Amino acid sequence: MPEQLIFGMEVFLNGLMAGVLYALVALGFVLIYKASGIFNYAQGVMALFSALTLVGIMEGQVPFGHLVNAIFGTEIHGFGWHVPAFAAILLTMGVMILLAWCVQRFVFRDLVGQEPIILFMATIGLAYFLEGVGDLMWGSEIKKLDVGLPQGINAVIDETTFEWFGYGFFIDNLDIVATIIAALLVAALVVFAQYTKQGRAMRAVADDHQAALSVGISLSFVWVMVWSVAGFVALVAGIMWGTKSGVQFSLSLIALKALPVLMLGGFTSIPGAIVGGLIIGVGEKLFEFAVGPLVGGATENWFAYVLALVFLVFRPQGLFGEKIIERV
Amino acid sequence: MFYREAGDFKTSYKDDNQTFPIKFDRYRYYAVLFVAFALVPFIVNDYWVNAMLLPFLIYSIAAIGLNILTGYCGQVSLGTGGFMAVGAYACYKFMTAFPEISIIVHVILSGGVTAAVCILFGLPSLRIKGFYLAVATLAAQFFLVWLFNRVPWFYNYSASGQINAPERTVLDIAVTGPNTDAWAKYMFCLVFLTFCALIARNLTRGTIGRTWMAIRDMDIAAEIIGVNPLKAKISAFGVSGFFVGIAGALLFAVYLGAAEAGDSFGITKSFLVLFMIIIGGLGSIFGSFAGAAFLVLLPVLLKNVLVGMLGWPTDLAAHLEFIIVGGLIILFLILEPHGLAQLWRVAKEKLRLWPFPH
Amino acid sequence: MNQITPDSYVTADGRTIGGTVMEMKNITLRFGGVVAIKDISFDIRQGEIRAIIGPNGAGKSSMLNVISGFYNPQEGDVFYKGQKRPPMRPYQVARLGIARTFQNIALFEGMSVLDNVMTGRLHHMKAGLFSQALWKGRAEREEVENREAVEKIIDFLEIQSIRKTPVGRLPYGLKKRVELARALAAEPSILLLDEPMAGMNVEEKEDMSRFILDVNDEFGTTIALIEHDMGVVMDLSDRVVVMDYGKKIGDGTPDEVRNNQDVIDAYLGVAHD
Repeated sequence: MPEQLIFGMEVFLNGLMAGVLYALVALGFVLIYKASGIFNYAQGVMALFSALTLVGIMEGQVPFGHLVNAIFGTEIHGFGWHVPAFAAILLTMGVMILLAWCVQRFVFRDLVGQEPIILFMATIGLAYFLEGVGDLMWGSEIKKLDVGLPQGINAVIDETTFEWFGYGFFIDNLDIVATIIAALLVAALVVFAQYTKQGRAMRAVADDHQAALSVGISLSFVWVMVWSVAGFVALVAGIMWGTKSGVQFSLSLIALKALPVLMLGGFTSIPGAIVGGLIIGVGEKLFEFAVGPLVGGATENWFAYVLALVFLVFRPQGLFGEKIIERV
Repeated sequence: MFYREAGDFKTSYKDDNQTFPIKFDRYRYYAVLFVAFALVPFIVNDYWVNAMLLPFLIYSIAAIGLNILTGYCGQVSLGTGGFMAVGAYACYKFMTAFPEISIIVHVILSGGVTAAVCILFGLPSLRIKGFYLAVATLAAQFFLVWLFNRVPWFYNYSASGQINAPERTVLDIAVTGPNTDAWAKYMFCLVFLTFCALIARNLTRGTIGRTWMAIRDMDIAAEIIGVNPLKAKISAFGVSGFFVGIAGALLFAVYLGAAEAGDSFGITKSFLVLFMIIIGGLGSIFGSFAGAAFLVLLPVLLKNVLVGMLGWPTDLAAHLEFIIVGGLIILFLILEPHGLAQLWRVAKEKLRLWPFPH
Repeated sequence: MNQITPDSYVTADGRTIGGTVMEMKNITLRFGGVVAIKDISFDIRQGEIRAIIGPNGAGKSSMLNVISGFYNPQEGDVFYKGQKRPPMRPYQVARLGIARTFQNIALFEGMSVLDNVMTGRLHHMKAGLFSQALWKGRAEREEVENREAVEKIIDFLEIQSIRKTPVGRLPYGLKKRVELARALAAEPSILLLDEPMAGMNVEEKEDMSRFILDVNDEFGTTIALIEHDMGVVMDLSDRVVVMDYGKKIGDGTPDEVRNNQDVIDAYLGVAHD
């Protein structure tokens, strides 16, 4: 087999797995959008915030330690204990639920019925706010996150592909685990939305706020729940990306990667988020592999956006979105 | 007792159409111009100009530009940083390629180039709306920054990948380059801001401004009563791009002196300008000024108080700035979607009727 | 316009009704599999008040949307002033002199009443971008000229006191009136009114009826309107088209329509067997 093709296959596989992670972040967007019509720009910052909180709890950091030190001239640095990963994840989830409640109570309760674009801008404000709070709470230096996920090259795939093609594929164990977890999470969310009472309530609210209200569904409960689920998805994404490249500001930028996924897949479609994620993951890796060297590289920065933009001009509602009918 | 329209009768529609129909407003406007042009240049020092006045003047131009597109025409753009980069790099190319032509022409041409690029990226707005479009403008942001970073022609193949503003003069006074006096920079930007604001005001109160607002308020109805959506949206993108491009050119040539696309014109710039118009007031020229002033002064204030007076580390002040800005955005969207400009209008309304409540 | 053609006639109240100004020929409009309008033909004559009535879902609004160019019918042709109108965008139709109001008021809420009405005069304003940017020459002149025209309409509809009020703050009845003003500002040759009296009380309906008659009388504007209130329709209009389930079931003077068996069936209901 020609060498280029084999490299291309490796790139394809890696792209597929990156795509699953994009899909995971995109899923968080879709959930909130479906249930509340809010396009949540802060999803990426929520991932960052959850990862920061997780590291902070595991390392026994004192929240707002820096701030306290600055104000009172103290020298607090940590509680001096270490929390096991599992307990820390549970605690972090608690924090995310609290956050969901706060967001609902202090931001969106007062914005119900506003135009979508106003809500969108509010979530940009929320992203800035949350980023500031996260940094103030836990400090802004790059942190290492290790919750015991396997890392490093997968020996089995390396050896098998070496036997087949005479070239060992480099595939990270973490990516494989992430793919499996993401797939499970997606399945769980679909089951949750389709078959549980809460899921039905969520879909009812998504369909028509007022009708849902009139049959006795608590809007604020559903919204807090949805934001909590989105917080959970953010936590999972934060753990994956945090383990991979350290917990730092750039983590919040994965949200920016998820946006073109949504444009491609349609804002309201869970399968759309998954397919869109895979297309973008594979597309940008292959494009960088094939065209990148000719134009100076780093095409991953914009490829997804330009692809989505071109696509949208021809199909404004995305791959799986509902067709828009205009009325007067 | 001075803020009254009683006795100030309008006898022609021309009088009624002017920018400041109330006499007191008109006089205050002349006073502001007088102070800005005739007093400030003689009393400013380097610190005032570089920390506050220049960024305020330049970001005001950018905010006016974005406000035309977002506040007046309702098309949210997250690509402002990228479009400012177009202005900056266009200006750099003009400055280095045609050194004999006046810098004033360069800056205006940069605005024109940016307008063209902005129109190109605005074309999808005919098909996609709302936050789909907002996200689509991110494509412009990332693509443009990448382009200026990766294609060496744009930075004249310099080893650092940076662009540096050579010295250029107006009436034999240097306005760019390292040996420029603070007051000269200030005056140069002030002249541009004044013209931009006047043009923006004229456009927004006339026919084209009404078509923009019609598209913003109800695009389908606007088309049915005769607004050509293509023309309205494209003209908004073009005019907006013109101002944003001028702001980018000035930011690079006069204020920064040297720039690199990723650092100077990243997505944070896009958000900064967007926040300025949200806090200042969507659909208001005055709001553009107010928002720019607010977001330029806030970090300076925080730095002086927290770092200078209380001795906190700089990064804490920066984080606090994020929290305050983010919180204010949410607060303004909830309480006063029309921003500082609306608060100002309400105050004036009260003053006009004072001492009576209604 | 307004010249008396061979087929024109004079009504009982002394208005001159001219020849055909617009003709719909065999219009069929479908949305996917749903047929909203099925093979409908009718004409609108110069200077008359033409009503389209019918029960809910009869396709009246769709018909109006076809006339104003918002929907392009799959079959059939629209003839305007004797010429076949090619498929065009709504704003182009507006420029031909067809103005309209909307069932659910579609005013520009962020603008003042004056600006809303001025927007109606768009195609009377031709100043270029540069003239507008400098507020000199043509732009400034046009602004004043058109303001004068708009003020006449504001006087006519008695909304002088609210001209600088943001539209968002107005009550429902006034909004309807401002919308009429915006449509009139275009000086249309055909004015389309989509349920001009929906949601109004008796007094407001009387006001609106008076304005419609005055517009027709003073400006000689041809009016096509959709209305639910049968009493109002019969009093106002010269000729009536009746629609039911997308089909035309009656066409004629109010008296003819009133005595048409199909129309009576559609309104009172008959057993379908």
